[in-house]
Amino acid sequence: MKGRDTMETHTDAAGIKLGMWIFLFSEIMLFGGLFVLYAVYLTTFTPDFVAGGKQLDLSAGAINTIILLISSFTMAASVTAMRRETKKKALVLLGLTLFFGALFLFNKYVEWGHKIEAGIYPNSPSLAAGPPGANIFFALYYIITGLHGLHVIIGMIVIGFGAAKVAMRGVSTRTHTLVENSGLYWHLVDMIWIFVFPLFYLVI
Amino acid sequence: MSTHHGSFFENPSPARFTGVGSWLLTTDHKRIAILYLYSIVSWFILAMIMGILIRVELMFVGETIMGSQTYNALFTLHGVIMIFLFVIPGIPAIFGNFLLPIHIGAADVFFPKLNLFSWYLYMAGGALAIASLFSNGPPDTGWTFYVPFSLSSQTNVSLTVTAAFILGMSSMLTGINFITTVHRLKAPKMGWFKMPLFAWSVYATSWVQVLATPIISLTFLLVLIERFFGTGLFDPNRGGDPILYQHLFWMYSHPAVYIMILPAMGIISEIIPVFSRKSIFGYKAIVISSLAIAIAGSLVWAHHMYTSGMSDVAVFVFSLLTFVVAIPSAVKVFSWIATMHKGSILMTPPLFFALCFIYLFSVGGLTGLVLGAAGPNIHVHDTHFVVAHFHFVMFGGTGFAFFGGLHFWWPKIFGRMYRFKTAYISAVLIAVGFVFHYIPMFILGLSGMPRRYHDYLPRFETGNFLAGIGGFVMVAGISLMFFNLFVSLKNGEKAAADPWGGTTLEWSTASPPPVHNFESKPEIKSYPYDFSDVYKKFN
Repeated sequence: MKGRDTMETHTDAAGIKLGMWIFLFSEIMLFGGLFVLYAVYLTTFTPDFVAGGKQLDLSAGAINTIILLISSFTMAASVTAMRRETKKKALVLLGLTLFFGALFLFNKYVEWGHKIEAGIYPNSPSLAAGPPGANIFFALYYIITGLHGLHVIIGMIVIGFGAAKVAMRGVSTRTHTLVENSGLYWHLVDMIWIFVFPLFYLVI
Repeated sequence: MSTHHGSFFENPSPARFTGVGSWLLTTDHKRIAILYLYSIVSWFILAMIMGILIRVELMFVGETIMGSQTYNALFTLHGVIMIFLFVIPGIPAIFGNFLLPIHIGAADVFFPKLNLFSWYLYMAGGALAIASLFSNGPPDTGWTFYVPFSLSSQTNVSLTVTAAFILGMSSMLTGINFITTVHRLKAPKMGWFKMPLFAWSVYATSWVQVLATPIISLTFLLVLIERFFGTGLFDPNRGGDPILYQHLFWMYSHPAVYIMILPAMGIISEIIPVFSRKSIFGYKAIVISSLAIAIAGSLVWAHHMYTSGMSDVAVFVFSLLTFVVAIPSAVKVFSWIATMHKGSILMTPPLFFALCFIYLFSVGGLTGLVLGAAGPNIHVHDTHFVVAHFHFVMFGGTGFAFFGGLHFWWPKIFGRMYRFKTAYISAVLIAVGFVFHYIPMFILGLSGMPRRYHDYLPRFETGNFLAGIGGFVMVAGISLMFFNLFVSLKNGEKAAADPWGGTTLEWSTASPPPVHNFESKPEIKSYPYDFSDVYKKFN
């Protein structure tokens, strides 16, 4: 019989991963709702969205895309390192992922700072006086990149937690699953950015 | 009765906790189910009292017992509590938690700690909802939180919205937990089409919970962002579109209706065959219709918005899809009735509630078609007709199924049997009170009385007075029912492992079940509704 005691000691990695995947579906739905808003407003205010996109700093966005892609690579590599049971390598790669995550956030912070200095922020006088489409574009810009930034922070906390566990307990089925799942989450955060980037920075 | 190992009441899990800690820190799905049972029933009673206060106010023309601002707050909180704290979590969190693992032959859910965490989220959400009562005035927006009023209202909408957000997370995590449980812990010999129908309905519901809840979380988040930062996303003066809010809101809240009704249908699918001593008619049809309801039900949200402004094509499409959902719902009703046909029917309180469910749910479903059809909708939109319709479905449907489930599984959960006679009396009172309460509202709605109004024209007084009387009868019945159930815990007769003659796995283990659910590996039958042995044993 499958008793409680056996269940607590035995970790069913496949099941935990399944739970994680289902959670990721819900995250996709969360951002999906925002993309619906974007789609509707894009059709209503196409010229304003194009103009708004031109105001954003394309190079900052592009650099952030590259940073996240590299961090996804280091994340995937750390999972492989865990599989090969090379603890040190895994920890270094996780640390690098955290570093790139922080770099992304720093970049975003600078970018938001410039915009806010230029008087473009939610409910700012210049947006309120400007065309309604521009107001909506930047409202969506702040909400979507803000929510994405929040997910980057959560991802970094999860990865940091996983790295701490690996450092303390070494490589085991449990820590391996933990790192693998935080990796899944990180890739999702990365993937959402892959959609956010063209929607805001590359509007034709 | 219980074996030498003792039931889960005697053996806490994890075993190191005792006393209050053995409940508040438990990871046992059965104990968590009981935590939910007590908290959900408390919320239900609170919201019921609010409901009856609303109806007392409406019994006579003019101000009766409260002013209009109190009235607005009461119907908002009645809705918020009933929906987010009772109907949505009710059946999955109580019966799903208790029975899903047992139904599939497992010892617990897949993530026991997450399960406990979900309960704490539920309690935190409830506490916030109560806190909103005492700060800055309770919210007065109705449970839908429609913009622009929810953005301009001076009452504490933010707190209530945060409460609903947290409750959504609780519901979503429970969904993730149940899906994983079914996929990973289903007994190896139990194929998908050997699963009991209640487990199936909880499984289908869980998918809706996981995929639809994020949309409402986002919508509530946007309300909060608008209230704190004022980005103007829904403000027409600044380019926003308030109708979009309604779309986002109903994209969740209509599927949520199916979160509320699907597990209820699962309960009925368990009760009917047991007391007909006959295999369920159309097992696969019921499973497929559950999934069809889950899928099609997710595509009909805009039928709440025919008068909000939409293209004629959209109205036509959403109306058509709404009619499509009626088909799988009717498949279930026909299957239940066909199950009883030529069955050896044994009348018990659970069956009585199930029969009430079939009748009341059918009325609710058919009046739903009146609302779903684009033409008549314009006439009855936002009238008391709508109020009567969704109470027939949510209360006549889910509520009665919940009561039926309580009476069906009470002896299994607590090992005690309640008094049948009192149960029948309470059930009759609830059913008669229900009809007197809501039928007048259909007529009031058809003759033009709007919903959510504090006062009305004198010609509506008779109907409102009758509804008030029905409300009192219903409240009396519900109070008697809970009294009967909880008194049985003290002096009820001890219940046998299988008091009804059921065939699903919960009846093969002791009442109440042992801490790991089964003393020995449960025997998985090739078909969950084979009554040949039961028939021999009981007749």
